[in-house]
Amino acid sequence: MSAQETGTPASTAPAGGPGYARRWQRIMDCVALRQPDRMPVIMYATFWLAKYAGITCRQLMYEYELTREIAERAIVEFDPEAYNPMVLQSASGRALEAVGFKQLQWPGHGVRDDQPFQYLDREYMKAEEYDEFIFDPTGYYLHTYLPRVAGVFEGFEELPHFPGLHYFRLVGGVRSFAKPRLRQALENVMRAAEEVERYIGHHAAFTERMNSLGYPCTNLATSVSPYDFLADYFRGARGMMTDLYRRRDKVLEALDKAAVFLLRQAVAGAKASRNPIVFIPIHWAPDAFMSDAQFRTFWWPSFRRLMIGLIDADLIPMPLWEADCTKRLEIIRDVPPGKCIYWFERTDMVRAFEVLGDVVALRGNLSPSLMTTGKPAQVDSAVRHLAENVFAKGGRLMLDCAFGIPDETPVENVRAMFDAARKYAG
Amino acid sequence: MSERAEQEKQLIEWLSDMREDEAIALANRMLLEEKANPLRVLEVCRMAMDIVGQRFSQGEYFLPELVLAGEMLEKIGAVAKPLIRHSDGPAQRKLARVLIGTVHGDLHDIGKNIVTFMLDINGFEVKDIGVDVPVQTFLEEISGFQPDVVGLSGFLTLAFDSMKETIGAIEAAGARERLKIMIGGGQIDETVRAYAGADAFGRNAVDAVSLCKNWAAAA
Repeated sequence: MSAQETGTPASTAPAGGPGYARRWQRIMDCVALRQPDRMPVIMYATFWLAKYAGITCRQLMYEYELTREIAERAIVEFDPEAYNPMVLQSASGRALEAVGFKQLQWPGHGVRDDQPFQYLDREYMKAEEYDEFIFDPTGYYLHTYLPRVAGVFEGFEELPHFPGLHYFRLVGGVRSFAKPRLRQALENVMRAAEEVERYIGHHAAFTERMNSLGYPCTNLATSVSPYDFLADYFRGARGMMTDLYRRRDKVLEALDKAAVFLLRQAVAGAKASRNPIVFIPIHWAPDAFMSDAQFRTFWWPSFRRLMIGLIDADLIPMPLWEADCTKRLEIIRDVPPGKCIYWFERTDMVRAFEVLGDVVALRGNLSPSLMTTGKPAQVDSAVRHLAENVFAKGGRLMLDCAFGIPDETPVENVRAMFDAARKYAG
Repeated sequence: MSERAEQEKQLIEWLSDMREDEAIALANRMLLEEKANPLRVLEVCRMAMDIVGQRFSQGEYFLPELVLAGEMLEKIGAVAKPLIRHSDGPAQRKLARVLIGTVHGDLHDIGKNIVTFMLDINGFEVKDIGVDVPVQTFLEEISGFQPDVVGLSGFLTLAFDSMKETIGAIEAAGARERLKIMIGGGQIDETVRAYAGADAFGRNAVDAVSLCKNWAAAA
């Protein structure tokens, strides 16, 4: 049956090795709200791979070949329906160094060798810069944001202001590129690009290899909700929360603007990857973070527009609703049926199924505390609970941990998760 | 009602309703032009913060209101505190001492900062020792600050082991019996509490305040 016939998006992932089509079909069945022949299990691993192989997080981030070998070994051993882009999400150390990325701390750069990277919540855009961002996001990126968040762009402040250049002013504007600081920056960017090319090359080669072994990658493209984009990567948590009162109109304007360029970027990325699923980790939607009215005003409208735009482009949004989003379920139900995968972290999956089971496929959600500190028998029971109370009752559930396999999870608990899925759901 | 009493009522209302510009202007006028007792102005702010805390507990307010309330209080405090003279009255008696920090390996601080703020406005003497706090630093701070409660915060799953290790070290140092330990953070639940050996865990800042109040009352 073709993708069109099954009602799934036309731009499905490329054909792969033995078992690929069968595995991918299970996922597409879930998306289209049809019962697959068994409950799919997704393997999402990042720094857990270090524990699995007995190496440090630093090695995982820097020894690209080794990381590829480990990731392949894990996927083949556990035989999931699909896996996350593991190499892309872990083996990035030299690329981060080359770019001089300032928003993360990673092994050797602020955290110990046995620790994962961590994002630094800071104010990367000042309150008084909203107007500049809203009027000309590209200009704001070039002159202000990029040099602030990555060392390789330091010098871009000297770039000419392109809009307005015309006639002889346009010719004269090229003079900016004679400035030593800018010339150095451009050389630095080109050097960094070679390293980033190597990093992405490892990821692409790994994806090809896994395709040939019959394992689809869940997604190759990612996106972000406009609110989270502005809160996490620009204003910082504190700035964004106070902006809801101090700069309400600017926030709404910035969200509208961001929704447009984030959609364009996500569509372009997903189309280029030839994989229709767009992974969208979500940080600021949880029940505890803002009121229902704030969620309906600030968070949901621009995100819904982004999701609808992705759906209209034949893509499949896969938001990961972090923390507990029980109170949001009725609101986020407002999407066309059979088009999205909702991955829940701490929201009760049975409740999510009751509210959303006829609208979206579900993914998740074995708890991190269970996976890291529990025994295999407890993992078995938790899988059984989800299999019996969600999948067996018609929920299109893809089993996974709450937010992938926690880094510290004993290997026997991961084994118990996969064994139990086959025992209780085909 | 006297003019001052009217003003105080207005300040409480504007602060608790998140009307920042009006509240700050009024507080500044009271402090700088009308020479109101700065301790009294801070006491009025505390009353407003009580209302903010109640609205948070009742699900009317959320994190944006707590953060904004904290910033308003900081602004007024920055004007009021230099004006305090010894003759203005005794400092408010604190309910108990709470030492709080994010355990080693974890750099997250949003939740911890909000818990610190909520404990502070609820009458606790809180010492926040930051993020990625080594076990040894916790031991030294416990010895120096003599807290009644220690709060361990952590967002990442690696924090489970860091919390267990920190609590184990507090026990080994012979300080465990003298204090209560609460833990909190994105992934913390009863399973982690039992694993780490804490007395309690909290899902949010209101839980943290309740735990500390109950312990202070029982002491």
